[in-house]
Amino acid sequence: MNALLEVENLTVALPTPNGYRNAVDSLSLSVAPGEVVGIAGESGSGKTMTALSLFGLLPHGARVTGRACLDGTDLLALRGRALRDMRGRHVAMVSQDPSAALHPILTIGTQLTEHMRHHLGVSKAEALTRAAGLLETVRIPDPERALRSYPGQFSGGMRQRIAIAIALAAEPRLLVADEPTTALDVTVQAGILRLLHRLCAERDMAVIVITHDLGVMSALAKRVYVMYAGRLAEAGPTGTLLTRPRHPYTRGLLDALPHPEAAHPGAGPAPLVPIGGTPPSLGAVPGGCPFHPRCAHAVPACATDRPDAVPTPGEAFSPGPDGVAMADTDPGRHLLACPPDPLREVVAS
Amino acid sequence: MTADPQQPETLPSGPPPVLALSGAAVEYRRHGQRIRALDGVDLTVARGEIVGLVGESGCGKSTLARAAAGLVPLAAGTAAFEGQPVSVLGRGRRPDRLRGLQMVFQDPYESLNPRRKVGDLIADGVLLAGGSRSSARARSTELLERVGLPVTAAEGFPHEFSGGQRQRIAIARTLAAGPSCLIADEPISALDASAQAQVANLLTALVREENIGLLLVSHDLSVVRQVADRVAVMYLGRIVESGDTATVWSNPVHPYTEALVAAIPRADGSGTLPADLPGDVPDPASPPSGCRFHPRCPVARDDCAVTAQQLVAITEREGGGREVACHVRAPLGVPA
Repeated sequence: MNALLEVENLTVALPTPNGYRNAVDSLSLSVAPGEVVGIAGESGSGKTMTALSLFGLLPHGARVTGRACLDGTDLLALRGRALRDMRGRHVAMVSQDPSAALHPILTIGTQLTEHMRHHLGVSKAEALTRAAGLLETVRIPDPERALRSYPGQFSGGMRQRIAIAIALAAEPRLLVADEPTTALDVTVQAGILRLLHRLCAERDMAVIVITHDLGVMSALAKRVYVMYAGRLAEAGPTGTLLTRPRHPYTRGLLDALPHPEAAHPGAGPAPLVPIGGTPPSLGAVPGGCPFHPRCAHAVPACATDRPDAVPTPGEAFSPGPDGVAMADTDPGRHLLACPPDPLREVVAS
Repeated sequence: MTADPQQPETLPSGPPPVLALSGAAVEYRRHGQRIRALDGVDLTVARGEIVGLVGESGCGKSTLARAAAGLVPLAAGTAAFEGQPVSVLGRGRRPDRLRGLQMVFQDPYESLNPRRKVGDLIADGVLLAGGSRSSARARSTELLERVGLPVTAAEGFPHEFSGGQRQRIAIARTLAAGPSCLIADEPISALDASAQAQVANLLTALVREENIGLLLVSHDLSVVRQVADRVAVMYLGRIVESGDTATVWSNPVHPYTEALVAAIPRADGSGTLPADLPGDVPDPASPPSGCRFHPRCPVARDDCAVTAQQLVAITEREGGGREVACHVRAPLGVPA
């Protein structure tokens, strides 16, 4: 196994008025060097808590167990100096709101060079030269002038590109992007998706992209993990998951999305099919399969047995995305936490 | 403060629009400089019709929505609701005749009073619309059911509900006024994917069943594509293309519309990156000369920097009120 990041049995428990509840429940995932991996799910599914746990940024009182190894170093065990040396240097984060990531009264130049100088030990002049280069990489016009400007002088899309430049400054090997384009226009989003794609290829940087937008997922991620109520519902290569989903929740997420390409002139577009009900809150995750109260395919066993994500039955005989039959341990395998597997017939036909 | 139109504009044949903007312009002042956020826009919404308004942030679509609702004064042109001018909201009470014109806001967390029970919030709307105190209670229960919430929701406070449920509460409150036209500014952008579908379906059902007109402002083009009958595309304060949604989508004529449609990522698992449109929306304080899109336009010619574009009907080709402002793709008088 040559994974860059290996998360095993990550469990994050948060304090609620009724005691500790698992916001992330026994999650395992892996990311190879230079790979883009997506985590999808609605709000409250534990996507963001998973990301925060990698940076030691969980809310006060959170209890975390399991392992998250970046090249053999367990990120969850790091404290103090060791954690600071890791954060920003080897793992970096881009959040949804660029305004929150940028200090309003420090220049872009200061914010871009500060941790570059700290982590890489380069001189101020050298750092500024590199910073200008980074701004050019993320396509900010007139980088020299931008370095002397303040965040408020840029538009939302440009601020997000600057936040990405800051995250890239110390050349991390893993970038965690939490809803990086959700607040942006489609045109700006397209630019940022292309930028992230190019940077992965050029720098061999791995990316975990967290989003509920399966369109963004489809454009960027090679593999997708779908989370529901803190647990893994389904995982697999993006193409397989989006065209032949096996978990009713993944299917539901896809049906809730408008499909511009599916509509044809004359006939109106198919109505959106929302998933009934709402995602459970942290204190009230149902027993058994957490999705069963909202699931149209639920059988009695779903209410009692908590399913784990296991390789989909029968898949070992079919070739993987590269046309090569996959081994049991291959990270590209299709994992499913739904023993009744109601969508299997649909897949076969 | 505002230019009140003396007479309602002459209307085309067919059902009269419930909301009509004609030559509408809005100006803001910044550092003593006048900025035209909205520059001569014509737009109509009929009863039972959903009109989508799309464009990048800063293009003036929210300004248009606010001007149509009378929240900001017009610098030129007219806004009319049911044939009567929309007067600007001031310190005084809004005239009763504007009660049928209601607005749904983006953030259901901020548009509901956190200290009042949901039932009271909706009953307020009923009382303002002339209902009696006794009927208000019953009517608010009815409205909660209409938007798909349990009647027990009336006893809860806004913070007890999810984003999608709060937006339903906000919609129930606007329905209490018995509206004939809703203006919704990014009503589902703050919601989760499945809640988005629920609220979009609810709005569509209300428009069809209650015969309400809906102006839907959104930067999410897929949603507008899904629910709107007609769509208008805005760029820097002007409409650059409008027409039947399906036709505009399958066959965009303006290069800007084309770029917007191509920028939507598709959840088809093919791993295709959406097409990029380089550059940002220019500062409306100093709009580019000629066609305002020309600095970013892939098909711009030299004269695009000189000649301002006008909306030209291209009905010959498309049928049904299709208009485009691009003299490369749709030259004046010579439909492409």
